[in-house]
Parts: sequence; structure tokens; C-alpha cells
Amino acid sequence: MRLGCPVCGERDRREFYYQGAAVARPEGDAWGLDWDDYLHNRDNPAGVTRDLWQHEQGCGAWLIVTRDTVSHEVLDVALAAEAGA
Amino acid sequence: MRVAGKGLIDRACPVAFHFDGRAYEGFAGDTLASALLANGVRMVARSFKYHRPRGVMTAGSEEPNALVTLGLGAAQEPNLRATTVELHEGLWARSQNRWPTLGFDLLAANDLLAPFLGAGFYYKTFMWPRAFWERVYEPVIRRAAGLGALSGEAAQDRYERAFAHCDLLVIGGGPAGLMAARAAAEAGADVILAEEDMRLGGRLLAESEEVGGVPAVEWVAEIASELAAMPNVRIMTRMAVTGAYDQGTYGALERLAPDVADRAHAPKGAFWRIVARRTVLAAGALERPVAFAGNDRPGVMMAGAVRAYLNRWGVAPGQSTVVFGNNDSAHRTVADLQKAGVHVAALVDSRHYARCDLDVAFYAGAQVCGTAGRRGLEAVTIATTKGEERIAADCLAVSGGWNPSVHLACHMGARPVWDADRLAFLPPEGAVPGQRAAGAAAGEFSTRACLESGLAEGLRVVAELGLKAPEISVPSAGDAAYDIFPLWQVPGKGRAWLDFQNDVTVKDVQLSARENFRSVEHMKRYTTQGMAPDQGKNSNVNALAVLADATGRGIPETGTTTFRPPYVPVPIAAMGAGAIGKGFAPERLTTSHDESVVRGAPMIEAGLWYRPSYFPRKGESHWRQSCDREVTMVRGCVGVCDVSTLGKIDIQGPDAARFLDFVYTNMFSTLREGRVRYGLMLREDGHVMDDGTCARLGERHYLMTTTTAAAGQVMRHLEFVAQVLRPGWDVRMVSVTEQWAQFAVAGPQARDLLNGLLDAPIDDAGFPFMACGPVRVGGVAGRLFRISFSGEHAYEIAVPARYGAALFRELVARAEAMGGGAYGMEALNVLRIEKGFITHAEIHGRVTAYDIGMQGMMSAKKDFVGKPAASRVGLMDPERERLVGLKPVGAVKELLPGAHLFDESAETVSANDQGYITSACYSPTLGHVIGQAFLRRGPERIGERVRMVDHLRGTETLCEVTGVVQYDADGGRLRG
Repeated sequence: MRLGCPVCGERDRREFYYQGAAVARPEGDAWGLDWDDYLHNRDNPAGVTRDLWQHEQGCGAWLIVTRDTVSHEVLDVALAAEAGA
Repeated sequence: MRVAGKGLIDRACPVAFHFDGRAYEGFAGDTLASALLANGVRMVARSFKYHRPRGVMTAGSEEPNALVTLGLGAAQEPNLRATTVELHEGLWARSQNRWPTLGFDLLAANDLLAPFLGAGFYYKTFMWPRAFWERVYEPVIRRAAGLGALSGEAAQDRYERAFAHCDLLVIGGGPAGLMAARAAAEAGADVILAEEDMRLGGRLLAESEEVGGVPAVEWVAEIASELAAMPNVRIMTRMAVTGAYDQGTYGALERLAPDVADRAHAPKGAFWRIVARRTVLAAGALERPVAFAGNDRPGVMMAGAVRAYLNRWGVAPGQSTVVFGNNDSAHRTVADLQKAGVHVAALVDSRHYARCDLDVAFYAGAQVCGTAGRRGLEAVTIATTKGEERIAADCLAVSGGWNPSVHLACHMGARPVWDADRLAFLPPEGAVPGQRAAGAAAGEFSTRACLESGLAEGLRVVAELGLKAPEISVPSAGDAAYDIFPLWQVPGKGRAWLDFQNDVTVKDVQLSARENFRSVEHMKRYTTQGMAPDQGKNSNVNALAVLADATGRGIPETGTTTFRPPYVPVPIAAMGAGAIGKGFAPERLTTSHDESVVRGAPMIEAGLWYRPSYFPRKGESHWRQSCDREVTMVRGCVGVCDVSTLGKIDIQGPDAARFLDFVYTNMFSTLREGRVRYGLMLREDGHVMDDGTCARLGERHYLMTTTTAAAGQVMRHLEFVAQVLRPGWDVRMVSVTEQWAQFAVAGPQARDLLNGLLDAPIDDAGFPFMACGPVRVGGVAGRLFRISFSGEHAYEIAVPARYGAALFRELVARAEAMGGGAYGMEALNVLRIEKGFITHAEIHGRVTAYDIGMQGMMSAKKDFVGKPAASRVGLMDPERERLVGLKPVGAVKELLPGAHLFDESAETVSANDQGYITSACYSPTLGHVIGQAFLRRGPERIGERVRMVDHLRGTETLCEVTGVVQYDADGGRLRG
């Protein structure tokens, strides 16, 4: 598997660290159900999913990778700093 | 025996080899199988379960019978197919699964017990007593059934790993593959042509036919030399493509030619990862057998294999051959044999409508229903409309039709598609993105159709790549239609084999259906059909046809089992190439490494780092002696320890202070320049991630240290916070762990030692506890931090890494002159346990700030990572296991990390568990063993007694709960 890092170009999967689903962090410092969702609850889609990866062995950029869990097709790779989780 | 004038072998180049200790001779270009057949060796193996005599059956990598072992000792390599082993001078091969010899095998008695050894026999027989499962049954079964054995020694084979990228990967160098490669190559595409065999040509090498008006072999040689001359083509022979993966990635195993592999330092082969924009699967087709009684006797071979041995290797496998089939492959075999002057005793064609214009005893609508012969075929029994007839023969060539090699089209989960006309499974379209099948792999069985389909797929790729299509015409070639009539099994008494490698018969599959293992996947597991190293290449389709018949379903309804990589067996050594010994993981060495080794320090792993355990001195015979001395040395004088492995992260920017306030639980924006503060970091789930010190070097410049273990995780986390959570903040960070060598100088005389070395001396007023600043050491710009992990008056001094070795030597020499010296990890650990400092033994991922007594460090004035989750009531429950100190007060003066704690009088069962010990050591300072533990309501129980029980090591003792800090609780020594 290869991912097209927007900074470095197409690179082997082994250069990347996989974090998990790209979900937006709730703001504020009070615990609530939104935090529970953010920390614990995940969809497990058969189809398109948005994940957070880091090009750890490369430029260090955090990336939002849009891919298909059925076909394994990588649909899009964007900088998380620009695309937002 | 050899047939004069035939074959692609070099008769001027004889090759001597041994099989089972006997000397033979073959020729360059032979395989071990062709050379054995040429020498009249028919029996080459014993079967898996029944120990039946077996001979060579095919001429390719699908060979189920002729498995041999090459080499001796550590170089021993079992289960190699004689059909793919290239003959080379001095080759030593041995047969397998026989004792004492191939000819006289005691376990051949299994064959007589066959009626009791059917499918499911193990499951039904070895039920009881239970105690026999592992002690008796398994060892006996493993000895009785099996193929080759490993040597038990570490493998010495060296493989390499390799990578390649291309526009077009052509899998298979037969007529279709050659045409596809040529089309793409002439259009300028970057082409890899991968061929499993040692030479290009595929089936054309095995047939006697013409292409483009010249013998097919000449046509192959011509196109091969054209391709070889093109700079954009890589021809890779001996390269078996083993698996298809995502994004056009293919795994492939390359063997080296024996003469190349024999050179000094040469690897045995390479495991390739090939990334291709497009792939043409031109892997050909494999001929399948027919199941009839006694179809496993040496001498029974595939018809196509008989032609291959005749045409390619000039070998007639028998002196009198019967040919049996349900398609024209049988007729072609008769014609080739007769033309070469080999006697054909009969042609048995199961098609009742078949005609034959060859001069041979011809039986249409007849079937072979039995064979005879002890160690090899002697006679064949055929069933005709008039009854049974026995024909003497030493070779029986069988063709049950052809199975396209669809494996690589199905590796991503798709199932092949049944074609009722060709009685074959075809590759599913589009199942592997970028891949299409051509030639026989796509069900095109005439040479002309193969050439056409290869060209068409090559041109399609050219168009898809946006290249200009070259002008290529299809050469003339045979285009006979493929005519086949269903024949999977011949009914009758006696065992009829399906899977030769795992000894699975028609009866086993029928039994499986009767016992309701009717799904093809259940049948496979119940009978072990297709589970041998050959993965059922030449048997699976027949087996599921038999299952379909037994269950009253059609073949497409019955379906196939899942196709998985690898297509051919791949040695683990090849897949793991480069990862043995030092290649397994990188080694990170500190600048003091060599000096530590010189001083006799045992180096221990800390992640990828190596750190000194202790520095033994003369007269010290046990690590504890060294450790105790080093601890006492630090407490009483001065010690030096390399702490460079701790993560160092340089953080800069206008928002650096705000950023650190967000990642640490405590405040860093209020830290003055030139000062250091201890910081605690949580994960977003409210548990402790890491701790360490962070120094403010300038208004917008901080230097964070992390623990050795969490350095990578923290770096990743900081980048995550900066890029994902706070992308608008102007802050940047970089790891400088490798760039700075850093040494702890600890003990009452630490400042005296440093002042002898620093260009400008320091004092307590100018450099108080938790101060930091630039210093110069012998003219080198460095940094000094007054921090302590030992509880003593201590510093850490950092210099650019290239000065590290020199500084370490100098520091240790000066310390020794003062009565101190270097100390290692053991002493470091004792010093920190005495002081109640924590490591990842305590912050192991399941503890909160509250658990380690640091709830006060969670600032109420600001937001920080982990704050919401840490506020959950369950994470602040007084009943939680919380950090305390321990000392043993029972008869056993020992504490064991990992041991559990119980109330003094409670039964030691998990329901009564009160906590566990995380760290323990002998404290030479206090004169007894001390430890750290997590204990329910711990801080409320100081002074109480608890029982330590270690069920694993069988130790228990009584302990007293103490405060976490067991030495110098008010910290006077730190500041002194």
C-alpha cells in the first residue's frame, strides 16, 4: 500500500503511522457525551472512511486519508492542518 | 530414457548428480525430474499418509509427488519440487517421508490400513484418553505422516529483498505473455516480464509446433532476444509471482541460477515487491488429472507433462505408453510420441464421439479403470463398452482438461467464474485493479488464440497508458478448437486419488459429503484436500466436481475455496530477508557506548537503545556489588551517567508557551527563562502519557525532555496537537535527541567536578536548583541543567553529540579522581526508587495523575489535553489503586515487581486483590529492600501492613506501606 503524501509524494505504507478515524475534537474542558463519542465510539464502515495518518518516517505531516475499506482504494490524501479532522 | 535428437538440453555438457546416494548423469538444461526420468528412476517419493510409492507426475511447479530434500545440515532444504530443481554439478538430492529407504519403507504398512485411515480418522480415533493428545498421539502422527523435515539448525540461506516499479508487469513468458510484453515494450512502456521457469516460452517449449512458419522454440528465441535488447524491458526468469496485493503490488520469489547461487557470498534468491501500473496475467493453464483407481502409481503422468519431457528434455518417461483423456490433448500426445518413435500401446478417449486418424489402438468412449504394478506402473485396465481389457504399459499419460491459472486474479477475494463450455474456472474480470488475464490463463487454449489475446491485452495497456500503439501482427500458429467432454472420476472399486500430495481420495470427499461437510470450505478442512504445499493446484477442481456430484449440486453452485498467496511455497527466510541478526532492528548507540564497553559494562536494551547496566570493578563478582557501590558513590561523592537516550524536543515559536500549557497539565507560560520545570502529560483519555522536564531557553524557545521509552510517541503527539488540534498556532518542533549528548553528574561533589571543567565556574546563587543555561566546556558551547533524578545535588550537562565521547571520558576520569565514577541503569533505578521518582514501570498507561499523587499538577486555570476525561469521577475515586512505597517486614526480606498485594488476613484470591508491586530494589542507603506499588486507597494506608503474594514465583511476605519517597523526604540534598 502506498499513500500520496501532499508534501513528499507517493510513499510506501511503512513510512506512515496510522492513528484511527478522523473525528473532530470537542472544545471546552467539561466532560460530556461528545467527549465519550470522540474517545470511544467509532463507526466501522464498509466503504469510504476518513483516517488520520502521520508521515512519521518522512516529513512528519499529519494527513487525512480518505479510503475505501472494501476496495482498499485510496481516494484522497490531504494535510490535516488544512483539511481539519 | 533419452530420445535421440530431441530436446533443448545441451548434450555436450553432462552433469553428475546424486539421488538417494546413487550417482547419475544428466545434461545442462535438465531439471532433477527430467534427469531422473532419463535415468529410468520412476519411484522418487513416498506419499504423505499411506507411504505409497510415487513418481514424477507433472513438469512444473504444480508437482504434487516428486518432492525432495536438497543439502545437509543447516543448508538442508525440504519439499523442493524435483520438476523445478535445475540440475547442476554435484547436486545431492534425497527422497523424503520414508524409513529406512525409499524402496523399503516400514510405514508403507499404513497403506494396508487404508480402510481405517480415511478422512476424519484422526478426529474419530484419537479421542481419549485426553492425556495422550500431546504426549502420545501427536508425536506419533507427526512422525508417521509428513513430507520433508527441517534440519533443526538455524538456516544459513541468505536471501535479499528487492523492489521494482514498472508500467506493465507481464506474469508468464509464454505466447500470450511474450506478445503482451512486445506490444507494450515497442510502445515505449517500462515492462517487466516475469517467468517462473528458467527460460521464456511457456508451453511452446513443451510442444512440437510452429509459430510464424518456424519451430515455436525459434520464434520464442527471436522475440526473447528482441525484448532483451530493449532498454525499457526487464526479463526476469526464475521469478515466480506469488501474490497480488493492493494498488498493483505483487510479491515475487526469484531463485538464482545454481551456478550463480554457488558463488561466494551470493544470496540464494530474492523476495521482490513489484509495483505495476498495469498487469497482464499470462500464467497459462495447468492440466488436471482424472480420478480412477490406482491413478497414483509411478508412471501415471499428465499427458502435457509427457510431451514436455519428450519435446523439451528429450526424455520418454516410458517404453510403452497408454494415453487417456477427455480432450484433444491426448491425441496430441500420441502424435508426438509416435513421431519420436516411442511406442504407444493404446489411446483411450472417454469421448464416445471421438475420432482418431492416428495409427494407434484407439478406444473411443472408454475409460481407464485401474492400474497394476508394485513400485511402478506395469499394466492398465480399461473399461470399454465390451468389458474390461488389460494393457501392459509402463507409462500412462492422462489429460482431464486444463485449468487456467486464475490464482493471481483471485488473491483479492474474488472467486473465479465457471465456464460450462470449457469446463474450467476463468479469472473474474476487474477483481484485481489494473490486472487482466490473457492467453490460457483467460481460457484461450490454442496457440493462435493465446498470441492474439496477449497482443490485444498488450495494446489495451498501451492505450490506457496513453502511448502510441505499435504495428504488430499475430504470427500464424495452431488454432484447433478446444473440445472437452466432462470426466472427473471413473467409477469403480479401489482408491482413486484427487489430492496426491495430501493423500485425499474420491472416497474421502464422498465421506465428507455424507457426514454433512457439504460446503467446499468444510470439505477442504475435513479431508485436508488442497491443504498441502501445492495448495491443490492440480486437484481442487476435480475435488469440488466430486463434491458437487456427491451433494447433487452443479460445480458453479458448489464453488471454490478461497485463493490465497503465495502461489508457490516461499521460504520464510526469503520473506524475512534482511531481518536476521542485526538486521532485525536498528541499534541506537550513545556516544559513551564504546567507553562503557571498554569498562566492561554489560549493555542492556532500552527500546532500540543500548545502555550500560553497571560498571564492574575489580573484585566485584555480582551485579549487586557494583550497583550498591555506584549508589553509595552517588550519595556520598559523585557519579556520572549517560542520559542522552531521553527524548529531547526543541520547541520554538511565538505560541510555544501557549502550546506547552496545552500539552502539559501544569503551567509553562509562567516559567522564567533560564529555568526548568517538571511537567506531566496526559493522553486525551485522561491517563498519564509521559513525564519529564522542560527548560525555557528563551522567550519563544523551550527544550522538552521525554522518557526514553516514550520519546517517539510524545513527538508524534506534539505534532498531532500542533497540526490537527491547534493548526492556527505558530509553533514548530524538532527532535534533537541524536544531536545532543547529555550526562548526569550527581552527588554532593557534582558542582566541584563541573567547576573543574567548565570555562566559567558556577555557584549556587547563579545556578540554583532547577536552573538552566548555556555553558562552555573546553571551548565547546553546551547547556547545563540543574535537575536531579537521583535526589542528590545534580546537573545534566549537554554538548553536541560529536563531543559526547570525549566529555564522558573526561567526566568519568575526574569523578574517579574524586572517589566517584560512572554509574549504570541499575544504580539509576535504585536512586530513583529511594526518592520515589516514577518511570514507565509506574506510568504504564493505565494510571491517572491522581493515582500517582499528582492531581495537584492538573491546573484548574487552563485547558489541557486530557483534562475533560481526567475529570471523570471514576478516575478520581479514592478506592483506586494509588502509588505508595513498600518495605518488607516479614521473614522473607524481598519484594517482587509483579507480585500482588492482599490484606494481611484475607484469602489470596483475585477478588481480594488490593494492588501490585511495580518496582523493587535493594537500597544500600537504607539497608533493606524497598519498592513502589499501586495499592487500593494507598496513601490512606501508610503504616499498615499488607501481604505480598507472588503465585508465579511462589514467594510471599509481609510488607509495611510507606510514603512514596523513602529517602530525604524534604529534598534538602537536592538543593544543597
